[in-house]
Amino acid sequence: MSDKNESVDHSRRKFIKNSGIAVGGVVVGGALGSLIPHKQKTEQQQASTAKKQVNYNDALMFFTLDQFKTTEAATERIFPKDELGPGAKELGVPYYIDHQLAGPWGLNAKDYMRGPAYTAEATQGNQLLMDRREIFTLGLKGLDDYSNKKYDKNFAQLSDDQQDDVLEVFDAAKEFKLTGATTKQFFQLLRSMTIEGAYADPLYGGNKNKAGWKMRDFPGSQTGYTETIMKKEFVKIEPKSLREHMGG
Amino acid sequence: MTKKLPKVPVVIVGMGWAGGIIASELTKAGIKVVGLERGKARKTSDYYMVHDELRYAQRYEMMKDLSKETLTFRNTENMRALPMRTYGTFLDGIGTGGAGSHWNGQTYRFLPYDFEIATKTKEKYGKNKIPDGMDLQDWGITYDDLEPYYDTFEKMAGISGEEVSLYGKRSNPYPTKPMLKTPVLEMFEKATKKLGYSPYMTPSANLSENYTNPDGIARGACQYCAFCERFGCEYGAKADPVVTVLPVAEKTGKLEVRTYSNVTKILHDGNKATGVHYVNPVTREEFEQPADVVVLSSYVFNNTKLLLVSNLGKPYDSKTGQGVIGKNYCYQITGGSTLGFFKDKFNIYAGAGALGMEIPEFTGDNFDHSDLDFIHGAGIRMFQYGNRPIANNVVPEGTKAWGKEFKQTSIKYANSWLKVAVQGASMPWRTNYLDLDPNYTDEYGVPLLRMTYDYTNQDRKLTEFMAKKTGPIMKEMGAEITETQNNLEPLDISPYINTHNTGGVIMGDDPNTSAVNKYLQMWDAENVFVAGASAFPHNSSFNPTGTLGALSYLSAEGIIKYMKNGGSLV
Repeated sequence: MSDKNESVDHSRRKFIKNSGIAVGGVVVGGALGSLIPHKQKTEQQQASTAKKQVNYNDALMFFTLDQFKTTEAATERIFPKDELGPGAKELGVPYYIDHQLAGPWGLNAKDYMRGPAYTAEATQGNQLLMDRREIFTLGLKGLDDYSNKKYDKNFAQLSDDQQDDVLEVFDAAKEFKLTGATTKQFFQLLRSMTIEGAYADPLYGGNKNKAGWKMRDFPGSQTGYTETIMKKEFVKIEPKSLREHMGG
Repeated sequence: MTKKLPKVPVVIVGMGWAGGIIASELTKAGIKVVGLERGKARKTSDYYMVHDELRYAQRYEMMKDLSKETLTFRNTENMRALPMRTYGTFLDGIGTGGAGSHWNGQTYRFLPYDFEIATKTKEKYGKNKIPDGMDLQDWGITYDDLEPYYDTFEKMAGISGEEVSLYGKRSNPYPTKPMLKTPVLEMFEKATKKLGYSPYMTPSANLSENYTNPDGIARGACQYCAFCERFGCEYGAKADPVVTVLPVAEKTGKLEVRTYSNVTKILHDGNKATGVHYVNPVTREEFEQPADVVVLSSYVFNNTKLLLVSNLGKPYDSKTGQGVIGKNYCYQITGGSTLGFFKDKFNIYAGAGALGMEIPEFTGDNFDHSDLDFIHGAGIRMFQYGNRPIANNVVPEGTKAWGKEFKQTSIKYANSWLKVAVQGASMPWRTNYLDLDPNYTDEYGVPLLRMTYDYTNQDRKLTEFMAKKTGPIMKEMGAEITETQNNLEPLDISPYINTHNTGGVIMGDDPNTSAVNKYLQMWDAENVFVAGASAFPHNSSFNPTGTLGALSYLSAEGIIKYMKNGGSLV
């Protein structure tokens, strides 16, 4: 493992050296002048310090505690813990979703939200004028309402199998209706945000300790792959996060 | 309150590839240019944190803010067009570099056949080969006319690649050597050769080696970091106007780029443009910039929209087939691909935007269409972009879309799936066009552009034909499971396909059927030049940028000539 790291590190040094090419005329290089060289820490060191530190980011910006618990239960069924590794809960996906909804994404800040809204053909994309926070609020309440109707319990209190059944019903969007959006629209948002939370850079609160990436052998943010891209056998590379490019 | 500014010789709207090239050529010739860019300035050092799939690829960091302006979409005229509220099938860039900053870098030439497609089709197959409703047109230029300009573009950008005997002749080899032929590309090469095809390395703007271009711009080689499409290149290895043509123009001292300058109208007296009106979207200040020459070089959609809202040129009317602005909107036909799932694991976390191989046998008229009910064709290709984890959770059909089965299967195949893809040509159709939407407006109260577009029988037949070719290639490559997608559903605005939009302000040699001549000079306003893929009368089976670049160099030559002599250049 550490050999691989050294070779990548070596290639980066070599690249920085090579691309300092200044061949007369205008030189417009890459961002290399501003690359911050920093000492590689070993994974073990990182892990041990991570254990000792409190992550102040793991708190809520948007969800109520009940909403958070429902989200935790639902995302864990969508991306469960198994023999391959952690599930959504351990990866921090519910915190990721909370933080995303609290920000501009949750308010659809960069989407065209002007009316009027009309019923769309299937090819015309999402025409909801509700923002993602509203869809989530509606959907999470829907999960509890439906769970209570069918099992007399909130969603988070159901067994794994019962939760799966409820999510199936929401995915199919036939049996149960919400007002203002379909259960499927909510479910699709929940599913896509779960996958994002599992695999986005840990900077966003999910993919804790890069465990999402490690499960699928994704190396995260490397400076390049000139050393490995021509190799026939699979090369496992210890993943790097954006934090590790910041030095300090 | 609009502030009127002193007149300038040339104002360019949009600082992407087309605007950047024209700015560079004009300023090198000593002409003063003002470049208006609606977005912000960019530089490579902005990309220190660029390896962030969520921010750039999922949240569209480099794209236009749709809350301010989007377009409306319908498949057919009997549908109500509705806004594209969030990003879907294509992406609209913003900021210096434009789409040239967030592209993949696949840089082809179109075929000699493309430029004379109507003539050649009639000659070979008779006029009945062109179905009623297909507005097939020659471009008013030949491949040989354009070849030197392709050559100039490729040398400026440092394009790498291999000569292909079935394509147009080249006056010079590619300036740089092909990209690395990785193990998965070797699999594609071996399989296609065995089936009798002649695969070649895709021409790439990712820079396969350190390179200094004729302007003296030196750039370092691609590191295969796998963050090309939707990302800026922190190394400056991917050719981008920001690291090529714009610095050259700026060094002359003749270019003034004004960022946060969103042009909302072209001002004219009926025959000639007098300047442009623009707004600073941040401060809301409004300006009038008078100019001798106005160059429109924004994206396809905005070029068309600006002409329509400014009442410049004759708007296209689908009922009568008369008028030109908004006509011949085309896209790219990408049905017919085959997915393959493998036992082996490949290093496909690594890659580059233009790292691929392709076969030329089914492009253009390189195969006989006598017994086929479609024309043109497709590039059959395989790319190694680098599989970023949020976007690439590909599972075999029948796998559950969530839960344990989904998790395990998507992880199992994370580094074990490949795709033999189809990039098909898109032919113009009378009922596929751009006009102004009657109901929805942008942040300034200006109507949104309306797109009416659907696939046609030509597209479905092409897809079915290509699907029969991609499956055997994937099987030959040794996939455990292969899945061919062989039907073409109506265009859906939601899932991303590609950003190869063309047409709307097309070139030709007849003012009745085209908006601009071969120099991209408007027939209806001699001091207005409209550059970009909006000039394509149809879209070929190749990514548009190479042809857009070549046409921009030709247009720059035309503008310089016009400034000396005036009048229509054709």
